Amino acid sequence: MNIPEYTPALIVAIPLIGAFLTPLISRVHDKLRNIFVILVLVINASLVFLLAYDILKNGIQTYIFGARNLSYPIVRILFEVDAMSIFMAIISSIIVLVAVLYSWSFMKNNTGLDKYYTLILLLTAGILGMVMTGDMFNFFVFLEITSIASCALIAFWTSQAESVEAGFKYIVISAMGALFVLFAVAILYGQYDALNIAQLADVMQYTFLDKIALVLLIVALAMKAGLVPMHMWLPDSYGSAPSTISLVLVGATLASLYGVLRVVFTLYGNALSTIANFDVAVNVFIGWFIIALAILSIIVGVIMALIQTDFKRLIAFGAVAEIGYMFLGIGAGLAAAGTAYGNVALQGGIFHIFNDALDVGLLFLVAGAIYYATKERSLNSMGGLARNMKFTTVFFIIGLLAVAGMPPMNGFASKLLIYESTFQLNPILAIVAILCSILLLAMFVKVFYSAFMGPELPKFKKVKEVPKSMLFAMGILATIIVIFGLFPEIILNNIVQPAADALLGYSEYISQVVAGGI
Amino acid sequence: MTEMSKIVRTITNIAFPLSMIFGFYVIAHGHLTPGGGFQGGAVVASACAMVLVAFGSKWTIGKIKEKRLSVLESLGAIGFIGLALLGLVFGIAFFHNFLVGSDYLFGIIPATGSGLADINTAGVLPLMNFAVGIKVIAGLFVIVLVMAYAATSYKEDKK
Amino acid sequence: MIYNIPYIAVVGLILLGMYALVFKRNLIKMVIGITLIESGVNMFLITLGYRKESIAPIYTSSPGGIMSLPVPQALTLTSIVIGVAVTALMLSLVIHIYRHYGSLDAKNVRRLKE
Repeated sequence: MNIPEYTPALIVAIPLIGAFLTPLISRVHDKLRNIFVILVLVINASLVFLLAYDILKNGIQTYIFGARNLSYPIVRILFEVDAMSIFMAIISSIIVLVAVLYSWSFMKNNTGLDKYYTLILLLTAGILGMVMTGDMFNFFVFLEITSIASCALIAFWTSQAESVEAGFKYIVISAMGALFVLFAVAILYGQYDALNIAQLADVMQYTFLDKIALVLLIVALAMKAGLVPMHMWLPDSYGSAPSTISLVLVGATLASLYGVLRVVFTLYGNALSTIANFDVAVNVFIGWFIIALAILSIIVGVIMALIQTDFKRLIAFGAVAEIGYMFLGIGAGLAAAGTAYGNVALQGGIFHIFNDALDVGLLFLVAGAIYYATKERSLNSMGGLARNMKFTTVFFIIGLLAVAGMPPMNGFASKLLIYESTFQLNPILAIVAILCSILLLAMFVKVFYSAFMGPELPKFKKVKEVPKSMLFAMGILATIIVIFGLFPEIILNNIVQPAADALLGYSEYISQVVAGGI
Repeated sequence: MTEMSKIVRTITNIAFPLSMIFGFYVIAHGHLTPGGGFQGGAVVASACAMVLVAFGSKWTIGKIKEKRLSVLESLGAIGFIGLALLGLVFGIAFFHNFLVGSDYLFGIIPATGSGLADINTAGVLPLMNFAVGIKVIAGLFVIVLVMAYAATSYKEDKK
Repeated sequence: MIYNIPYIAVVGLILLGMYALVFKRNLIKMVIGITLIESGVNMFLITLGYRKESIAPIYTSSPGGIMSLPVPQALTLTSIVIGVAVTALMLSLVIHIYRHYGSLDAKNVRRLKE
C-alpha cells in the first residue's frame, strides 16, 4: 500500500496536537475526553505499525523538516528511522495504549484528570521523538520534555508525602543528567561544527575531547536508564507513582537505553575498532566496563528485592535486575563484535528490552489492581486474595513465570539467548545470571504465596474483582506474553534481527544522509 | 501577599502599559532585531508579575481567573502546531514556510546584505512568534500567580 | 590567554554549582546549585561561537565585518527556556514538601528509606 512519506513527522505531531486540545475538550464532558485520548493513541499506534511494515521492506526512511530535498551543508533537522528506532516505537505505543485503557477506571475518582491526560500525551510525543530523531540537540530537547512530563506525573498524588519526595529526587537527578548530555553535545559541536548524528559519525576522529564527550554521554544516559551505581531514583519513583505511570515510566527508561545504543554503535561506530588504552580495542574496553556494571546491577537488584515488604518497591528492584540483563547482552555484543556469538548476545539483549517492558508492566498493573481493590500496599497485611480476585491471580502467575524466565513465556527465549552467548564469552557471567534468575523466581513465589494464597482474612471479605477495563488492559499484555512465548521466531526473525543488523551496520545509516558515505 | 503603599501602586499604573508595549514590540520584531516569542513573552510576564506584587494577590486573582489563562495557553500552542501542519497541507513538508514569496500576508523577500528591512517579510515566522508569545505570557503568569496564591492560603491555614 | 577566560569561568561556575548541590542541605540551595550548573553550560555554548573581532549576527543596518556564529545562540535560547521550566517545577515540589514535612532540611525528608 502507498504509505505517505510524511509519516515520521505525523507520529510526533499527532500526540502533540492532541495534548494541546485535551484541556479544551475536557471542559465539555469527561467521557468525551477519555474517548478522544484513546482515539489519538490508536491512530498513532496504527501509523507506527504502518511505518514498521514500510521500513522492514524498504530500508531506512528519512524525513527532512521544512524542505523536500537535502542541501549541503546540512542545516535542517532530520528524522532518520531505522529498524532499531521503529522497534522501540512499537514498544512505547503498545505500553502507552494499555496504560490509558487501564486508567479509564483506575483514576476515575481523582480530580485534575485533564492535566493527567495532557501530560501522558506529551510524554508519548517525547518518547517517540527521542527514538526517531537523527539530530543530537533534538535528542536533548525531547529528553528534557520526557523527564519534565514524567516528573509531574510521578508527583500526581500530591496528598501523599512519598510521591512528592520521589518526584523531587527524580527531577534533580534528571536535570543533572540532561545538563551533562548538553555539555557533551556542545563539545562535539565546537569541534566539528555539525549537530547531525550521521554527519558527526562521518567526520569523527576520536581525539581527547571526543573521549570526554563519550564518557559524559554514556554515564548520563545510563544514569537515566537505571544502571547501578546510579539507580537510586528508580525504586523511589517506580514505587510511589500511580501504577499506570510506573508502566509508562518503563517506556521512558528504555528510550534512554536506546540513547546509549545509538551513541555507542552509530555515533562512535568508526572509532570502535581503534586501539586505545591497555593495548585493546575501544569496543572491548567499553564492552567489559558495561558488563561489569551490568553484573553489579543484577546482583544488587535481586538482593535488595529480597528484603522489601512494599509490593511495588519489590517489583521496582526486580526491574533494576532486568535492566542489568539487558545491559549484559548489549555489553557482550559490544565486547565480542564481529563474532557469531556476539551477534546472538546483541539480539538477546534487544529481545529482552521488548520482553521486560511487557513483563514488569504486567506486574505493576497487578499491584495497581490490588491497591484499587484493597487499599493495601504492604505485603505483611495481605493474604488470601485468590478467592475473590481470580483473574488477577492468573495474570500474576503469567507475569511471575515471564520475569523469572520460565517456558512457555517470552522471558525464556530472550534469557536463553543471553545465557548461551555470555557463556562463550566467560562462563562466570552466565553462572551469575542463571543464579540470580533462580533467586528472582524464588522471591516472586514467596510474594505470590503471601499475597494470594493462605487463609482468608476477615477484612477482605467484601473485596470484589476489579472493573472490566482494567482486566481488559491486563489481558492484552498477558496475551502478547503468551503468544510470543509460544512462537518466538515470529518476532525474532522479523523485528529483532533487522534491529541488531541495523545497529552493527552503521555505514548504511551514515550513507543515507552524507553523499558518498564511508 | 498584601498590597503595597499608594506611591508604589501609582507608579505601577504608569509603568505597566509601557512595559507591555515594549514587550509586544520585542515579540513583533523577532525576525529583524534580537528578540522573538520567548523573550518578549518573558518581558510581558514580568510586567504582569509587577502588578501582582504591587496590588496584592487577592485583588489580582479576583480580576483574572486561572481558567481563562489556561484556555489562552492552549490556544497559543494550538496556533503554533496548526501553522506547522498548514505547512504540510499547503506546502511540501512539515514546518515548511509557505507564506514567503507569495503575496498573501508576510511575503516580501528583502535584498541580501546589511540594510533596513520591512516588517512584512519572513513569511510564517512572525505568526509563530505571536503564538509562542501568547503561550509564554499565559504560562509564566500562571506559574507566578499560583505560587503567590499557595503561599497566601498556607499562611491562612496555619493561623 | 585573554581568550581563555570565558572557559575558565565556565569551569568555575560548574564546580560551584556541584559544590552547592552535593554539600548543602537546604533544598532551595540545591535548586540554586542546579541553576548555577545550567548557567555554566549555557555560557559554554555561547562562547563556542565567538570569532576574533566579530560583530553581532544581525543584518539590519549592520557595519561590515565578520559575524559570530548564530547557531549556538539559538541552542542557548532553547536551553534557557528548558531551564525555566525545570526550575519552576522544582520550586513547586519544594512548596509541597514543606507542607508535608514541615522543614526544608534534607535530613528530615527521608520517608522512603532502604
